Amino acid sequence: MALRLVTIDNVSLAGRMPIMNQHSSGGLMIILGTFIVALMLSQIPLPRIMEWWRPEFVAMFVIYWIMALPQRFGVGSAWIIGLLLDVLKGSVLGINAIALTIIAYGTLLMHKRLRMFPLWQQAFVIFALIVLNQLIFYWLQALAGTKADDLHFLIPAVVSALLWPWVFVLLRGIRRTFKIS
Amino acid sequence: MKPIFRGGLPRLSFFLLILGALSLVIADLRGDSTRNIRSAISIILTPVQWLVDIPTGVADDISTVLVDRTALIKDNNQLRSNSIQLEKKVQQMMMLRAENVRLRDLLNASARVDDQVQLAELIGVNPDPFQHQIILDKGSEDGVFVGQPVLDAGGVMGQVVEVALYTNRTMLVTDGRHALPVEVVRNGMRAIALGKGSHGELDITHVTDNADIRVGDLLVTSALGGRFPYGYPLAKIVSVKRDPSRKFMIVKAKPAARLDNSRYVLMVGNSASEQSTGTQQPAANGAAAGDN
Repeated sequence: MALRLVTIDNVSLAGRMPIMNQHSSGGLMIILGTFIVALMLSQIPLPRIMEWWRPEFVAMFVIYWIMALPQRFGVGSAWIIGLLLDVLKGSVLGINAIALTIIAYGTLLMHKRLRMFPLWQQAFVIFALIVLNQLIFYWLQALAGTKADDLHFLIPAVVSALLWPWVFVLLRGIRRTFKIS
Repeated sequence: MKPIFRGGLPRLSFFLLILGALSLVIADLRGDSTRNIRSAISIILTPVQWLVDIPTGVADDISTVLVDRTALIKDNNQLRSNSIQLEKKVQQMMMLRAENVRLRDLLNASARVDDQVQLAELIGVNPDPFQHQIILDKGSEDGVFVGQPVLDAGGVMGQVVEVALYTNRTMLVTDGRHALPVEVVRNGMRAIALGKGSHGELDITHVTDNADIRVGDLLVTSALGGRFPYGYPLAKIVSVKRDPSRKFMIVKAKPAARLDNSRYVLMVGNSASEQSTGTQQPAANGAAAGDN
């Protein structure tokens, strides 16, 4: 078992080598750049009536990059992004890390199927994943004393699902333009 | 060629990461041990917060450049009349202060010191609707400390809950986790103002059925919590309901500060509490104490 894994890893490494030499580090910078934009979008002030309608950009970007590049972007990266989001949001440290790690794992489980889906069908999966993200986030945040007694916190999942086709096409465009793989 | 079969799912690292995050959550809920991690990461994220604020800042600049002449004249007149009124009040204040000091001397009460204030600019608002927090552009470099009161022109806004090197996070008085000891100006009755997590509304709790409190009463900080200096306006009572089935009255108040649209705020550096939390600027403190 171990032997087989090693050989497969070697093969895959050898196969990827030429591409990695050209674009690996540049690609990393661009992935990081998309996350800086996502973190900014998660902070941009919205009018009071819109405050529940903010899409979960960071979670969507995590899902996209795992779906597209599961060999480079995994649960560890999602964890780090989650920690950054925790500090940015001022939530209890580690909550977003847990939520994003769990949805990253979920995406990793089904990324091959997810790639085959048409966009509208992907949007349903995104809806389910973001619902999971929101549930974990607000459930754990309740430990710190902010309780949610209505279902408003699920609105971001709907908005994210509706926005998913555009986010997907945009990020795929970025990935193809810069040949990140 | 891309790998089609990879070495399985990263189950082990998944569990380790979740465990790590859970221990962070527990550490964060139990005490202050994560404060350093938080402020270290905040330093990396400060540029992101500045970037988010750029559009607002640019829009502000543009609107100052493109402002109408008649509007400027109107503004100017308004400010001039405001300034005259304030000057009149200041003249009275001088006299009142001198009188106050004399009376306090007679009572052998300790003298009240002037509070040092520092101007800060709002650079962000917490996107989580459950948390009423704002981000200000002064940090530990500027001598900001946890628990420092924050005011605007109208009254008390909140207090600092988290300090990074160049920014701080201030919890507003309307946050669901905020409570503030207050007193009614008219008769000195003490109460506690609780945030409810809804904008522009505070609950005044544990007011007994026969207490003398009316709509329109002004509440000021009573300094009993030891964090806020005495006498800053917090809120005005907007409704008082007596419910015979309850022990206490249902009293609601509206914050005097403009919590959702003040861009410039004042941070009050209370010299006593600054000394207790470690001396950020010992020389300045000494001078301040000597002056007053």
